[in-house]
Amino acid sequence: MSSLVARRRHPAAIAIVLLLGLILTGGLYAAFAPKDADAAATSSQAVAAGHKLFLSNCATCHGVNATGTDAAPSLVGVGAAAVDFQVGTGRMPLANPGVQAERGKVQFNSTEISQLSAYVASLGTGPSIPSSSLTSGGGDIAKGGELFRVNCAMCHNFAGSGGALTRGKFAPNLMDVSGRHIYEAMLTGPQSMPVFNNSNLSPQDKKDIISFLMNVKTEASPGGWSMGNLGPVTEGLFAWTIGIGMLIFIAVWLGKKAA
Amino acid sequence: MTDDNDASIPKEPAVSHDESGRAVATRDGEHALPERFENPGLPPHVHRQGDHDEAAAKRSERQVAALFTISMLATVLFVVAYAMIGKDDDVTLPILGKVHALNVALGVTLAFSLLGIGLGAIHWAKTLMSDEEVVEERHTLRSDDEARAGAIKVLTDGAESAQINRRPLIKYTLGGALGLFAIPLGLQLVGGLGPFKGDVNDLRTTLWDTGVPVLGANGKPEMKNGKVVTRPRRLMRDPEGTAIRLSDVTLGSVFHVLPEGINNTPEPSNEKVKAAVILISLQENKIKSARERDWGLDGVVAFSKICTHVGCSVGLYEQTTHHLLCPCHQSTFDVTEDCKVIFGPAKRPLPQLKIEVDDDGYLYAPHGFEQPVGPSFWERG
Amino acid sequence: MSEQTKARSTADALRTDDKTDSPAGDGGPVGAIANWVDERTGAAKGVRFLLKKVFPDHWSFMLGEIAMYSLVILLISGTFLTFWFVPSMGETTYTGSYVPLKGVDMSQAFASTVKISMDVKGGLLIRQIHHWSALIFVVSIALHMFRVFFTGAFRKPREINWIIGLLLAMLAMVEGFIGYSLPDDLLSGTGIRAMQGFILSIPIIGTYISYILFGGGFPGQDIIPRFFTIHVLLLPAVLVGLFTAHIILVMVHKHTQYPGPGRTNKNVVGFPMMPVYAAKAGGFFFVVFGITALIAGLVSINPIWMYGPYEPTMITAGSQPDWYMGFADGALRLLPGFLEFNLFGKTWSFNVMIGAILMIPILWTVMGLYPFIEKWVTGDNEEHHLLDRPRNRPTRTGLGMAAITFYGILFAACGNDIIAIKFHLSIDDITETFRVALIVAPIVVFWVVKRLCLSLQRYDRDLVLHGRESGRLVRTSKGRFFEAHEALGDYDRWRLVSFDSPEPIGLPPATDEHGVRRKGARKDRLRARLSHYYFKDRVEPVTPMELAAAHHDGHAAEAIESHPDEAESGHMHGGAEEIGAAHAYGHPTPHDKQD
Repeated sequence: MSSLVARRRHPAAIAIVLLLGLILTGGLYAAFAPKDADAAATSSQAVAAGHKLFLSNCATCHGVNATGTDAAPSLVGVGAAAVDFQVGTGRMPLANPGVQAERGKVQFNSTEISQLSAYVASLGTGPSIPSSSLTSGGGDIAKGGELFRVNCAMCHNFAGSGGALTRGKFAPNLMDVSGRHIYEAMLTGPQSMPVFNNSNLSPQDKKDIISFLMNVKTEASPGGWSMGNLGPVTEGLFAWTIGIGMLIFIAVWLGKKAA
Repeated sequence: MTDDNDASIPKEPAVSHDESGRAVATRDGEHALPERFENPGLPPHVHRQGDHDEAAAKRSERQVAALFTISMLATVLFVVAYAMIGKDDDVTLPILGKVHALNVALGVTLAFSLLGIGLGAIHWAKTLMSDEEVVEERHTLRSDDEARAGAIKVLTDGAESAQINRRPLIKYTLGGALGLFAIPLGLQLVGGLGPFKGDVNDLRTTLWDTGVPVLGANGKPEMKNGKVVTRPRRLMRDPEGTAIRLSDVTLGSVFHVLPEGINNTPEPSNEKVKAAVILISLQENKIKSARERDWGLDGVVAFSKICTHVGCSVGLYEQTTHHLLCPCHQSTFDVTEDCKVIFGPAKRPLPQLKIEVDDDGYLYAPHGFEQPVGPSFWERG
Repeated sequence: MSEQTKARSTADALRTDDKTDSPAGDGGPVGAIANWVDERTGAAKGVRFLLKKVFPDHWSFMLGEIAMYSLVILLISGTFLTFWFVPSMGETTYTGSYVPLKGVDMSQAFASTVKISMDVKGGLLIRQIHHWSALIFVVSIALHMFRVFFTGAFRKPREINWIIGLLLAMLAMVEGFIGYSLPDDLLSGTGIRAMQGFILSIPIIGTYISYILFGGGFPGQDIIPRFFTIHVLLLPAVLVGLFTAHIILVMVHKHTQYPGPGRTNKNVVGFPMMPVYAAKAGGFFFVVFGITALIAGLVSINPIWMYGPYEPTMITAGSQPDWYMGFADGALRLLPGFLEFNLFGKTWSFNVMIGAILMIPILWTVMGLYPFIEKWVTGDNEEHHLLDRPRNRPTRTGLGMAAITFYGILFAACGNDIIAIKFHLSIDDITETFRVALIVAPIVVFWVVKRLCLSLQRYDRDLVLHGRESGRLVRTSKGRFFEAHEALGDYDRWRLVSFDSPEPIGLPPATDEHGVRRKGARKDRLRARLSHYYFKDRVEPVTPMELAAAHHDGHAAEAIESHPDEAESGHMHGGAEEIGAAHAYGHPTPHDKQD
């Protein structure tokens, strides 16, 4: 009997077999799984692929020709930027009908998103996806802050922590949104958000605003725990619960008889 | 069963019902029961461990001393932190996130420096100082009659000596003088604090009511008949101050607007708080009010940005519902219907600013608002 | 003797009483100093008097102390801040170290506050201590006020102190509002703008007051310097003065105490100032300061550099005042717009006036009058130094909780947009719900709390009459099981039976003995009605007679009523009718003698 066969009833045998099985399956999958399509595909290829994706995932609401139905608006002229934003943040395809489409799980990979964008862009001229030089920060943070406070803070709050709109709608927290998506949102005005075209907020202005928001995210909170930067409401809550709670705790201890 | 005459049997109380139906016993054995329970007096004193066990007391002493020592150490650490940590040094801590190290260090060391003393003193009092309760008697606050009579006597004797009751002239003129002397002080203060006439005209006008001087070729204002020639003010972006073209305003846009030349006024902030305007572009066929359409341009309309409730900036435009929301108290205005109030505590709609486009394509306001902007006031009418 | 000598000796004779002989003490250096001071001030009498004072011990008495110490901390930290803060609205361009504000135009007030926060070592800590202390100050005032109210400590002789306390509370809120407005940042500047809107809504004189206060239109150049004067000079002086009067009255009246064995209306039982209270109360000051410093070191408050300088055209979502002004802001969110109307050519803005101008004076007047109303309703003219347990005053407790509910709803309404985003609700629905709740909830809470108090009182009666369940099960010869109860000891029982349960004041006859209609008969009717409302539902404390009946007669003990009409609602205590009551109650060892 070979030493391997002799050891077949060893307690570790089953574990080793499982491990080998996993390695085999994983390796096979890695070898044979469809790779991401080559991103440098020609644009007509992208448009065609995008069209196919569109028909399967979007046409039910947006119409076969993307001209809109009662359920959803026309996408003619919304531009690649709108698609990149909506699909890239998981807002589209719409998961549940509600007062607004909320950020959610992204259903497509980046190639598919760019294909969809290419398709929609082909329907009519509209805002295009910004270049990364505009969306990676490096702008004038102070200027961006001023612009943010004039144009954005009334909905998104002074630190981009989000704010309430009417009837259950809301302007979301901006801290975990990529620079690119922030740019596209400003440019295309999704849902309740107004449109900030490049004559309103120039590309440099947008870059400054994105830089400001990135700074808010990365900068230290000098005074300590910021509690979400929501203002006096959280501060008052803290004082009424933990603040006075600690003091009353000690007051009770003070009054109790010692052992 | 009770036998009142047999002294050897313990007497049971006679149980009956009082007039309200309650069961009461009028006696408890041989004693008549009092109406109400009596105060049993201070309960017997319970000793603490430290009162009889010297080891426990010594332990307490060490604990108190340790707390005081923590305080001293914390003070030293405060000084060290102050000297060695820079103003801009950051540190990342659990829950707190990235914070300034100096603030945390100084705060925590100061806290322990103080808490050490406080907790030490309290622990000392609790464990080592006498905790036998002490009784202090209260005295009725009311002064005794003798004291009262004495007080009255002093006052009446004094009044008699001052002859105030015999001399009514003195009494009345004193009253008059004392009643009036504060007026000069009050008048100077109130009169000097601000324009006393409550300048209502200021509340009714905004910078949009006036124009800007037309500059001639030499850069100086043109004159005609001895007066400066003015043209209506253009709409400028806030805060850059650049003029807005109609073509810049695409569908769904919101521009935050200030009048041209606002930074050249003596008090720009005072003007901004009245002249701030929000410029909105919506589909013209969505606008229900004819007047609003007429005062706009192809669905581009301008409204006062100052809420008519208490004056916050109404900046939240919801593109899909065409509502303007004020974040302070949630007054909601409907941009399709003259910005009338559809929810919230405001009453009056936002005044609209008529806009036109000049030859160069820039937006301007031919005249100011037709009603006062901002919060209501008494004289508004 | 010459004339001169005679004159001198007469003069000398006149002066013989001028010399004071000072017997030398032997107390060492401390004694020598004490002697020196006492010879010049007579301080020993005061020292003996004060240091012997007795203070009762209960944690709820510390709430007022937290407020007191917070005031001291505010004065200290506030003074520090004045060394760096510039109370000017003059324009400047920021050149400090905080990058997101570089080159931004702002007032000097704002710039100096950013400088304190970023460029002065420890400056941010002092600022945060000051602001956190202000929040805790008003929290502790509120809790202290609740404690005083629910325990009836506002009764004679403390009505004056109640009113002083209310004034202190209001001034503390105003002082806080003005204080956080000083940095002239976007959030507090919006608050000042709203304040100006409130002032404008005042009929006839509103516009005048606004222009006088702001030195012209809003915002002008004067409001921050004027706020600085009020915040640093005027209000602290008034606060300290009123607070001193408040404390002096506490010393004169002596502190109240909770009922308990050995405690009467004519004594104070507790610990003397020296050494126990000096250590405990003095130590507690350090504790309050320490906890405040700890919070200030760890939790950020009012990050004005993130709000940016105040600009009239800017605003942030989530614009709220500090918590203690929240109820007024909440009222403004709930008051509907139709309350503003035009009449006689003038604009009457009740939608703003009711919440912003009228509410605080009205509430404070009602609160100030309450001790006198209650006095009228009970006809009680005695001094009260023993506190009430809240359950023993069901109507008062119910009213207090209803008032707190009313306040609480207004307070919650102020945060309606934060509630909306955190709980994914519609802000319009939240507002409508609060509008309804504001009227309905206090009524419901009053009824529930009052019933709860009455139940608790009945529970106490039950406890006294039937003792505590001892966990000892007894099985009778007939096979029944029941739990033996342990009677309360004298000391435990006293607390439950010592209270008084007032009866409603009856109506005196409408006409006196001559048949003449008595003056004030209508007032008496109102008084009788109010008194009836207060005391119609009452639970009496157990009397010795009832207790004896409960212990010794099993049958009669069953009918324990709290109200004469409830004669049938007694409850049975298993076993009392089967075995001798002496065996069922209070004996720690089982008795084998059974009936």
